[in-house]
Amino acid sequence: MCSGRVDPSFVLRAFSKGADGVFIGACHLNECNYITNGNFQALSMVSIFRKIMQYVGLNPERLKLGFVSGSEAGLYTEHVSSFVEKIKELGPIGKGEGISQDGLDLKLRAITSLIPYIRLVERERLRITLKTEAEIERFFASDEVNGLFDELLAGKLAIGQIMLLLRQGPRSTAEISEALGLSPSEVSRRLNTSSKHGLVRYDVNCKRYVAAP
Amino acid sequence: MTNTVVDSVEGEAGNFTVELTKKPKYILEDRCTGCTTCVENCPVTYPDVFNQKISTNKAIHIYFPQAIPLVAYIDESCIYLKEKKCRICSAVCKNDAIDFNQRPRKKQINIGAIILSPGIEPFDPRVRAEYRYGEYANVITSLDYERLLSSTGPFQGEVLRPSDNKHPKNIAWIQCVGSRQILEGANTYCSAVCCTYTQKQVILTKDHSPESECTIFHNDIRAYGKDFERYYDKAESLPGVRFIRSYVTIGKEIPGSKNITIRYATNDDGVKEEEFDMVVLSIGLNPPKDFKGIAAKFGIELESHGFCKTDPVNPIETTRAGVFISGAFQGPVDIPESVFGASGAGARVGELLRKRRGGLSKARVYPTERDVSEETPKIGVFVCHCGANIGRIVNVPSVVDYALSLPNVVYAQEQLFSCATNSAQQITDLAKEKGLNRVVVAACSPRTLEPLFRDTVREAGINQYFFEMANIREHCSWVHSKEKEKATEKAKDIVRMSVARACLLEPLREYDLPVNKAALVVGGGIAGMTCALSIANQGHEVYLIEKTSELGGMAKKVRYTLEGVDPAAVVQDLVSKVHKHPAVHVYTDAAITDATGYVGNFQTTIKSKRGPALIKHGAAVMAIGADLYTPTEYLYGQDDKVLTQVELEQKIADGEKSVTSCRSLAMIQCVGCRQADRNYCSRICCGHAIKNALKLREINPETDIHIYFRDMRTYGLKEDFYREASEKDIKFIRYEPSQKPLVEAVVEEGRPVLRVSAPDPVLGQMLAIDADLLVLSAAVLPSAATAEMASLFKVPLSPDGFFKEAHVKLKPVDFGTDGVYLCGAAHYPKFMKESVSQALGAAGRVLTLLSRDTVVASGSVCEVDKNMCVSCGACITVCNYGAIEFENTPLGRKAVVNPVLCKGDGVCNTKCPTNAIQLKHFTDEELLSAIDAAME
Repeated sequence: MCSGRVDPSFVLRAFSKGADGVFIGACHLNECNYITNGNFQALSMVSIFRKIMQYVGLNPERLKLGFVSGSEAGLYTEHVSSFVEKIKELGPIGKGEGISQDGLDLKLRAITSLIPYIRLVERERLRITLKTEAEIERFFASDEVNGLFDELLAGKLAIGQIMLLLRQGPRSTAEISEALGLSPSEVSRRLNTSSKHGLVRYDVNCKRYVAAP
Repeated sequence: MTNTVVDSVEGEAGNFTVELTKKPKYILEDRCTGCTTCVENCPVTYPDVFNQKISTNKAIHIYFPQAIPLVAYIDESCIYLKEKKCRICSAVCKNDAIDFNQRPRKKQINIGAIILSPGIEPFDPRVRAEYRYGEYANVITSLDYERLLSSTGPFQGEVLRPSDNKHPKNIAWIQCVGSRQILEGANTYCSAVCCTYTQKQVILTKDHSPESECTIFHNDIRAYGKDFERYYDKAESLPGVRFIRSYVTIGKEIPGSKNITIRYATNDDGVKEEEFDMVVLSIGLNPPKDFKGIAAKFGIELESHGFCKTDPVNPIETTRAGVFISGAFQGPVDIPESVFGASGAGARVGELLRKRRGGLSKARVYPTERDVSEETPKIGVFVCHCGANIGRIVNVPSVVDYALSLPNVVYAQEQLFSCATNSAQQITDLAKEKGLNRVVVAACSPRTLEPLFRDTVREAGINQYFFEMANIREHCSWVHSKEKEKATEKAKDIVRMSVARACLLEPLREYDLPVNKAALVVGGGIAGMTCALSIANQGHEVYLIEKTSELGGMAKKVRYTLEGVDPAAVVQDLVSKVHKHPAVHVYTDAAITDATGYVGNFQTTIKSKRGPALIKHGAAVMAIGADLYTPTEYLYGQDDKVLTQVELEQKIADGEKSVTSCRSLAMIQCVGCRQADRNYCSRICCGHAIKNALKLREINPETDIHIYFRDMRTYGLKEDFYREASEKDIKFIRYEPSQKPLVEAVVEEGRPVLRVSAPDPVLGQMLAIDADLLVLSAAVLPSAATAEMASLFKVPLSPDGFFKEAHVKLKPVDFGTDGVYLCGAAHYPKFMKESVSQALGAAGRVLTLLSRDTVVASGSVCEVDKNMCVSCGACITVCNYGAIEFENTPLGRKAVVNPVLCKGDGVCNTKCPTNAIQLKHFTDEELLSAIDAAME
């Protein structure tokens, strides 16, 4: 099994079960144990996932990929120790970000439900043939990729969270904004779009939004 | 047969009679379980030979923790053997395994061939009093240091210096101890391994304690092996590490601190004396202790240093037919050379005994697999102490108790060494007795021992994929040696994860694939031809593919060698044998257009002068050689007085006047390599330069010859030729990569010359030499065809563009891709005899495959759930093995995995939008269950 086999759903499961950080160890780039260079896929997955965490208000530093070979016990220890230090600094997941447990669960569930879509975006728009870690980092920090995320993922992630919240019961814009840590204006915008698509409706009786049946 | 010596050898190749004496161990090996109760109770303490006498051992002991067989023995320090007193061991042994009545036993065996692997003897620095070894407490040898670094060493991996058992902070290494010296008792040759093992020790030292200061006093740094240059860079760039090029003298031992002073020369400040906490002598390699006795007993000849005299182009062949050697008995060699030489010796024996192959083998029969599909999981957990490796840190009994509390665990126990034969047998027996249907062994990394334990559960009639390994050594005890309680908790976590995963494991089927008995060898140079002939001599058809119009490869450009071999004759001999051999089919002017298939069943399409052909073969060997760099430096191509070494060699051999009557000739080493874009040493160029320089000297004693070098890397026995060159007034001028020699074409007193200027590192001034000819030692490059072959045969390349073997030390002729092998310069630049040795090594590996009728493909491969597949092809885009294809099925076009090509990396799993493709044995469900268990 290769680091490229590490699925976003594994990371999500660890977070949702209470892990405050996830460390993935991989072979050094261009030193593939197979011939598939799956560690590049792992790097790509982690880069995408960290951006998504950022979008939903989770600290992306909670996910780390380290390149270590089997003979580099020292380097491995260094990676893990510094990561543990970092996570201690960040505090428990959710709490560290000022998000309630319910809010955290919602966010993680929203990402989980988007995994098939994220895979599609990765394949169609983010598949890269860059050879170095620095190049890949630059690519994922580029305006092009940021624009792509705004266009393809931001809305879906926000709506995903809102829908999961509304399925728990009617909520006002302010309540949604508070629960998800999204700005009221963004929440209104997303609710408008969603009601046009028939996903939510405004219930005049309780003066709150409800999920469409 | 351990503890056994050869008394005499009679007979001839194919039929030797050998007399052996099995010396008594005073232990009944089949009874001893390796429990070490006897060791604990033995009253005789004496210095532990395996640990370099740094720590102590007992008269009854196990030689070292991984010894095979893992049984105790009693040596001559035993007081019962001396004085007929004691016998405590007999009293405490619960298995009655002690037998003081054992006497030496003679045994005669009849065999067809002999392989000698006597190894080396470490140089003993006591023969040179100036090293103060044995006199100053804190002067130790590199082998002593090796034991200190080892987790099974005298202080369990803690580096403590002898005088006060404290951590040394400031350590010096002295290189070339006993090597490259014309001194009584020392060796003139280079020991070939010390530069790199020292770098390893430095890196490990910095790992152990990052604040330690490491200073290496060295002569040339000989980083000539594959990936060595990068390794050297790594060691050199560590903070607190100094590499100082200087001869040294050990000064005094400081009273009180027992620190040692070393005097060394610097370019700037003259001679300095510096104090160190400890000094490590990087000792060299001597021939085996009783080399004369070995030679006499086996009827072989030795070379002048006491190593085995071998065929100058074949380091496996001794002077006696039917007697072969492997390892450093040929002269100092590193691990990869030892490994492929050993495989090569196997191939030579295979050629000799071809007709008798398989005569003594018995098929292994496993019990019928029990169908457990209707049973609930019944898990047995075995927790290994690994001697002290785990048990010293992790509280093993409490892990056992914890395991018993886990759901579905019906049995748990501890074991001293789960991997020992008796322990494995115990697992098998208990699995049957307790009706287990899953087994978890909590021990070391599955990387080494998983195959053994899978076999163990198979013996109990359980599907081998019901075995799960929890790594509580590398992942736990080794990294948490200072936090025993937390380590024990972590070990429990790891066991819980494994138990959770074990519940969900499924029985998997492995595939028996028939093996096509023919081999394909790509490349008709010395390596390719040697390999092809050895395979053919062992009874297999070989297809030998050469891209040019004739066989011979790079060796055709070599006109003579340092050792006096005539390469043309070697090539001619091989070519004629290849053409005459009925089982070798040669295709010249050939190109491979397509290669498909898998281990045991390859199909390769070629086109050649004989037209297109489809070759079916079971194994393939990449022997495509290397290319030579065409320099762009130093006016090459602009001034015809600038040549490469290969061009010089042709001119020398052809007796060209411009060369033979040359007044002054300069050579520059490392042209095109050991630099940022090609960060490797081309290995052969130093030897090449010395060879040409000596030849020129022979032709014209008057020629001024200057060699500009960075490190002269005439490793091993080639060192003697370097010395000869120095003695024959060939001048060596060292340059730094930051100040490469400058070359300009000028006319001096009417004579057009090349003026080579370089700073003299000793004098600090620029030195200019006017040369009639300038010869560049141009780098060896990966063959241009390497990348194409790599993609056709789906094998990887290393960072420098040569083929990447499966393991740089232990699998130097295998690829990660089964059934494909490599040899010769396609692996890395090497000398002719190294290529021959590796070619035979590859033949040996090919035979281990082709001698079987079937091969087994793993059950842990990917599988597509056709109902869920949406035919998007995402999995196909990431599978470099080409293991997934679309297939039309009754459900429409679906992705289908060829289980034979799939190597189980599972990257495709993360690409499938519907999770339709799953890696068996590592399914989402199995892995998620382990994650859940981890977070419980």
